[in-house]
Amino acid sequence: MKAARRFQWYLIAIIVTVAVMYVISLAGFGLPGLLETGLLAMTPLALAAVGECLNEQAGTVNVGMEGIFLITAVLGVYWAEVFDSGLYGLLLGAATGALISLAFGLVCVYGKANQVIAGMGLNILALGLGPYLLMSIWAFPGIHIFPRDLMFSSMHFMMGNAYFSINAVTIAAIAIAVLAYLLLHRTLLGIRIRAAGENPIAVDVAGVNVGKVRLLMCVIGGALAGLGGAFMPLAWFGGVVKEISAGRGFIALAAVVFAGLDPLLALVAAFIFGFSEGVAFTVVVSPGVKEIVPFYFVQMAPYAVTLLVLVAAIGGKKFPRALGRPYVRE
Amino acid sequence: MSSRFAGTIRSTSESGVAVVIGLVMGALLMLAFGYDPVAAYIALFTGAFGSPAGILESLAFATPLMATAVTFAVGVRAALFNIGAEGQMYIGAMAAIIVGGLILLPPGVHPIAATVIAMCLGALWALPAAILKIWRGVHEVVSTIMLNWIAFWFVTYLIRTYFAEPGRAERAIPALPTARYAIIGATLTTVIIVVVAFCIAVTILLWRTGVGFELRLVGDNPEAAKYAGASSSRAILVSFLVGGLAAGLAGASQILGRPPSYTLYATLGNLINLGFDGIGVALIGRNHPVGGVFAAVFYGGLMHGGRFMEYNVGVASELVDAINGIIVIALAVPEIMAIIRRRRKS
Repeated sequence: MKAARRFQWYLIAIIVTVAVMYVISLAGFGLPGLLETGLLAMTPLALAAVGECLNEQAGTVNVGMEGIFLITAVLGVYWAEVFDSGLYGLLLGAATGALISLAFGLVCVYGKANQVIAGMGLNILALGLGPYLLMSIWAFPGIHIFPRDLMFSSMHFMMGNAYFSINAVTIAAIAIAVLAYLLLHRTLLGIRIRAAGENPIAVDVAGVNVGKVRLLMCVIGGALAGLGGAFMPLAWFGGVVKEISAGRGFIALAAVVFAGLDPLLALVAAFIFGFSEGVAFTVVVSPGVKEIVPFYFVQMAPYAVTLLVLVAAIGGKKFPRALGRPYVRE
Repeated sequence: MSSRFAGTIRSTSESGVAVVIGLVMGALLMLAFGYDPVAAYIALFTGAFGSPAGILESLAFATPLMATAVTFAVGVRAALFNIGAEGQMYIGAMAAIIVGGLILLPPGVHPIAATVIAMCLGALWALPAAILKIWRGVHEVVSTIMLNWIAFWFVTYLIRTYFAEPGRAERAIPALPTARYAIIGATLTTVIIVVVAFCIAVTILLWRTGVGFELRLVGDNPEAAKYAGASSSRAILVSFLVGGLAAGLAGASQILGRPPSYTLYATLGNLINLGFDGIGVALIGRNHPVGGVFAAVFYGGLMHGGRFMEYNVGVASELVDAINGIIVIALAVPEIMAIIRRRRKS
């Protein structure tokens, strides 16, 4: 029953996406280009959302992914410049995210903090820390453009008579979503993760340390969000600015809610949100449309789509019973 | 009465401990980049509170935060995380520009009309989040953030397309002199009186009326509220609307009561983050509107003093936001507070 429901959603999501793509290609827009932009926009959302799915399955809510995005975007570029390599920037960005999330996890698991407030604190911290780091490292408040050869560029493939480019991190993100699904549903650790969120007392009685399971998921979730944060400047924009993530951490959170904590469905949601961003920016520069629709309305599109999808798809989702509650042994 | 007093003392000392943790972590961040934290904090606090002009300026910085803190505090009282003050404030500011800058009204009536309309539009922008929460159970953290960003681009669009000041396209038309609040000193205007009065009014609403009792009951104990026949939908709606009024007021205060510009820059640079800072202020003020007033004065001081820190020691003033975030995290941890309590007993 539960599985049937899930596959019904996969099916609907895929059909809708294919239908939208078909309509767009009928309207005369280049589909490969749209898909490339959509996949780039999807990647940070998917990474953060899959990480947050694991995190929430184990019982910890982290609403501070926007903050992790901001900090790791700046530090990812910093590491890339220090080690003179885009790949190092991405990996150390992930490590930075893991470290931030570990601190968050310690505060939540051992400090028994209110997780939503601590997560908002992380976001506010990042609102200040991002610009502070920009100023302290590069002594410049605006956009910092790093050397072109530090970009972790996409790979190009011949498709018929045109190139199609896709980033290695995007492929990794898709693979990670599948692995996360298998981890949750096909392994012993997965059972423990889900039980830590559903019934931590039982996990404790079975001799498994609930806190350690939750911390591990925090670290993995943080590493994935950190990779997504570093991805934005290093593989997508080519520069870093203080408001670089622009609410994407919260869009990822929306993807998690939409997915009901299912990593594969979170990947689909991330694709829908990312694709809407790609579509909006492609459509708005086309003749005939750009004269009518103001650019500002296109900027709103990802947020409006997120809101509408949530309204349409929410309800009937089952979340772990101990979600957001610190585990206290009696 | 005495136990209530003891409670106030305890929560004030808890906030104090969190503030100290925030300042210490801020100092560590300064050390990490080779700045002198002692010199920075001396510059900050003498700048903020060391002179009458500094105090007035700090109060001017505090004014919008008092209002945005109410938005978050009223949310928490109904068990909601309403972080939509940011967007509601933008919309309120836009309304204040339209009414205060384009409509001709007599001096006494004009600021009141502009403020009231700004507040109402702030509440209107909070309405979708309330409806989605009640009707579909959409979590307010996600919906209010999305509405914030939609408001950001909508207001940017309006300013750049329709309301740009002729000859100065980087900002909107300023409020007319008839719509401005009187200056008290520095950039502090009488709008602070309106904001404090609003905070007191919300306190009365929460603790002296049936609507407020219902709101707090739903927030404290939803099960008991259900058995008592309280309507959680009504409590959520009231919480969002009062929060929207507060955020709208915060926006209006920056347009009608903040010299020298009396307007909004197209980047929204003079409003941005005031809504999020209000979250920290509300938590330092223990989610009490009057507590928020005092916390706002402290945080307004940090914001104003941060400029001296930047000017004299070279530390980017945004560090103040980072300190605020650490204070919020510290306040989220009950264990820190429990340790202090145990220490005091033994």
